[in-house]
Amino acid sequence: MLLWEDQTVVLTSPRREERNMTELDDLVKEFLIESCENLDRLDQDFVALEKDSSDPERLGSIFRTIHTIKGTCGFLGLSKLESVTHVGESLLSRLRDGEMTTSSDITNGLLAMVDAVREILSSIESTATEGNGDYTKIIENLTRLKDAGSDAQVAHAAPVAKSVEPTATSGEIHDTFEPDTQTESVAQDTETHTDPAKTGVIAAAESSKSSDASAPSSALGGIRVDVGLLDRLMNLVGELVLARNQILQFSTTLENATLSGSTQRLNLITTELQEGVMKTRMQPIGNVWSKFPRIVRDLSQMCGKKIRVEMEGRETELDKTIIEAIKDPLTHIIRNSVDHGIETPEKRLASGKTEEGRLFLRAFHEGGQVNIEIIDDGGGVHLDRVKAKGIERGLITAEQAARMTEREILNLIFLPGFSTAAKITNVSGRGVGMDVVKTNIEKIGGTVDLQSKFGEGTTLRIRIPLTLAIIPALVITSGGDRFAIPQVSLLELVRLEPEQARKGIESIRGTPVYRLRGNLLPLVNLNKQLRTETPDGLNDGTVNIVVLQADERQFGLVVDEINDTEEIVVKPLGKLFKGLTTFAGATIMGDGRVALILDVMGLALNSNVVSDSKDSAVHESESKIKDTGSPKQAMLLFRVSDTRRMAVPLSQVARLEEFPRSVIEYSGGQQAVQYRSQIMPLISLSEALADPRLQLAANSQPEKPTGDTIQVIVYTSNESSIGLVVDRIVGVVEEALVVQRNIVRPGVLGSVVIEKKVTELLDVESVIRTVLPGNTAHTPALAA
Amino acid sequence: MPDDRQFCTFLVDGLYFGIEVFQVQEVIRFQEMTRVPLASPVIKGLINLRGQIVTAIDLRRGLELADRPEGSLPMNVVVRTGDGVVSLLVDEIGEVVSTDLATFELPPETVRGTARTLIDGVYKLKGRLLLVLNTDKAVNVC
Repeated sequence: MLLWEDQTVVLTSPRREERNMTELDDLVKEFLIESCENLDRLDQDFVALEKDSSDPERLGSIFRTIHTIKGTCGFLGLSKLESVTHVGESLLSRLRDGEMTTSSDITNGLLAMVDAVREILSSIESTATEGNGDYTKIIENLTRLKDAGSDAQVAHAAPVAKSVEPTATSGEIHDTFEPDTQTESVAQDTETHTDPAKTGVIAAAESSKSSDASAPSSALGGIRVDVGLLDRLMNLVGELVLARNQILQFSTTLENATLSGSTQRLNLITTELQEGVMKTRMQPIGNVWSKFPRIVRDLSQMCGKKIRVEMEGRETELDKTIIEAIKDPLTHIIRNSVDHGIETPEKRLASGKTEEGRLFLRAFHEGGQVNIEIIDDGGGVHLDRVKAKGIERGLITAEQAARMTEREILNLIFLPGFSTAAKITNVSGRGVGMDVVKTNIEKIGGTVDLQSKFGEGTTLRIRIPLTLAIIPALVITSGGDRFAIPQVSLLELVRLEPEQARKGIESIRGTPVYRLRGNLLPLVNLNKQLRTETPDGLNDGTVNIVVLQADERQFGLVVDEINDTEEIVVKPLGKLFKGLTTFAGATIMGDGRVALILDVMGLALNSNVVSDSKDSAVHESESKIKDTGSPKQAMLLFRVSDTRRMAVPLSQVARLEEFPRSVIEYSGGQQAVQYRSQIMPLISLSEALADPRLQLAANSQPEKPTGDTIQVIVYTSNESSIGLVVDRIVGVVEEALVVQRNIVRPGVLGSVVIEKKVTELLDVESVIRTVLPGNTAHTPALAA
Repeated sequence: MPDDRQFCTFLVDGLYFGIEVFQVQEVIRFQEMTRVPLASPVIKGLINLRGQIVTAIDLRRGLELADRPEGSLPMNVVVRTGDGVVSLLVDEIGEVVSTDLATFELPPETVRGTARTLIDGVYKLKGRLLLVLNTDKAVNVC
């Protein structure tokens, strides 16, 4: 941000009579950009001033900003703007000199002036005239405020008199433009107006400046750079990175000391240059946040609420394009929080909270990504209401709703069509457009996560990548071609030797799965997805698994070979490929050949990992809802004896394990195994569920030691694990269940029909309660 | 009488085609290509043209002609289209030909199939016919 002093220098020096058109245009442009930046800061200053009206520094800063704008207006012949700012300046000067103190009224009046200035500026930007807005009311109001402050001396210049014909003057100057097409000025919607980005220029020096916006930052070493130029530089650096990669690869084939020496230097310089150019595009997130205090102030006044905005990590930097992309979603979320999250003071007091609500914005870097959290201590999301809404909108059925986890219900908010439009206020409706927020964030490779506790508040967490242009990627080979996988989605690599692969990869109804440290990992064969074939000679039975994360879900991508990691420059695929969701783009590899970039999300969708199976959710004790919010429930099917086919919600299953019979030990008459440095009691389901009537039947002899191993469903409750021994795991199905409770037996919740077969629903807790009475103290986090 | 139109000519399965020179960015030898699985069979792959990624379209497939015999490598005619720069894979490159408007005719109705829609017209040159290829349509067949 440039200092106001700079402006005066720039703007007053060419005070020549024969200014030519372009020079003037440049001046106007410069003026617009700088004024916009200053206005953004003004909003903050005013809001801060309202809290601490005695801060002379802030008053001084506000005064200077307005003074500068006014001064420049006169010079550029923008009389309307001048008359508005003039009266504001007079009022401010009295405030600054301590003749008056600020009040809510004064702040409102001054903010209205700032809005008017914005409106005029945006009109100048789009139509090159000051617009038709009528600002006499604002001017009168400000004059009244000023005069009301003291009974004495009103002798200052009464600016109302200065009503010159503004359109005519400015039209004269800019007659190259189309005069006055914008007849109706947009009302005070602050964020749709003139932000510096629209003018196409950012201050390059801004990224290095401290986060404290109130102190006028010194930018003497700064320079304004056109964004287009930065983009071109970025592209060139991208090309350079590619060329560097090629030379690096080439130099390894030639054993030449001089060449490899220079290559090393080239490598270093390129890396530094790349970082440097990326930095020029980085902006602190505070730039977006800076307008939130004002938005919150206005909204909370409108809703009769008291809200304090706190921020942490304003200096967290993001690529400019990403900053642009998150601006609107963030604003929307903030509005939601103010309008629907935080309660009215009376309500807050009644529920034992402080009168003033707290809206906390937090940003920080973590693992190459930026986390942004918007936390409010408001009423939280009313789960039942969301449920009811979901049913009303036809997104879920009542039965489905009854079985949904808290998290699944919360995520309904992000579904398109979930709108509380019925009681929409003029601010926002919780849920209105939240699907848009989600899609916008996802478009730039980010994720949104909502947590809420009814009565206590809501936390919305956004995770987004730092930059989009150059990304680290894992290069793999499949079907003889190389592919790049963005490293953001990469969790780990697993290599199975032929022997391990034969044993380790199992199949659930035709879908291969692998037990990764006990968690079921669905496997997706890349060759199968791409309809390519492993070249002969490579197929020695070794299996390479790339464990990927797509929308909270893990899956293993089976590829032919895993090559290396590399920084790649993402290039979009042309329109010709618009139907291909499997690829996110293409890049040029070190050897000059093109490689496709896999779209992990698209791959997951195409292979149904995300939409049709919930296998990967096994590892979490919490079941996670997927994108489509399908209300179906994933059930783990197993057999307890030959006759009993049973199911348990997958969300209750922590892990599946297989133990050799030899490791079973006894502890106080109870079967147990040592598992993860704990003693895990084993419950034989066939024993526990044995119906006394059936026990006499010959074929249901419990615990027939048939194999060398036992299959165990691990159930975790409060950090302690309990193993349920079953005869055989059948698989995972996903079905909307209709429970019939007509047959009630101990340990059985009821019967359901799964895949056209009657299946008993296991009541895990009651079984544990019966067999291990000491273990019931804690209720598991997610009871069905 | 010449009509000032100049065509870059090439052969595809024995057919003699032309594209107006101003549409052609360059003509290059066969390039290593990266195939794009799941894409239309007309798209032969992606080539690296000095750092720019260009889609290569096989004209034989676009025109529903027989595939190129094994071992013969296509040439790239890099054209500028409404969808960006695209490379058309052809069998053989001919000369640049100036045409005479008097010899121009719309393609005969009897020409059938995709070829009919991709050909804007025919110049009757001495001893052979020059088929004028509509590049935008050729790119959009995939």
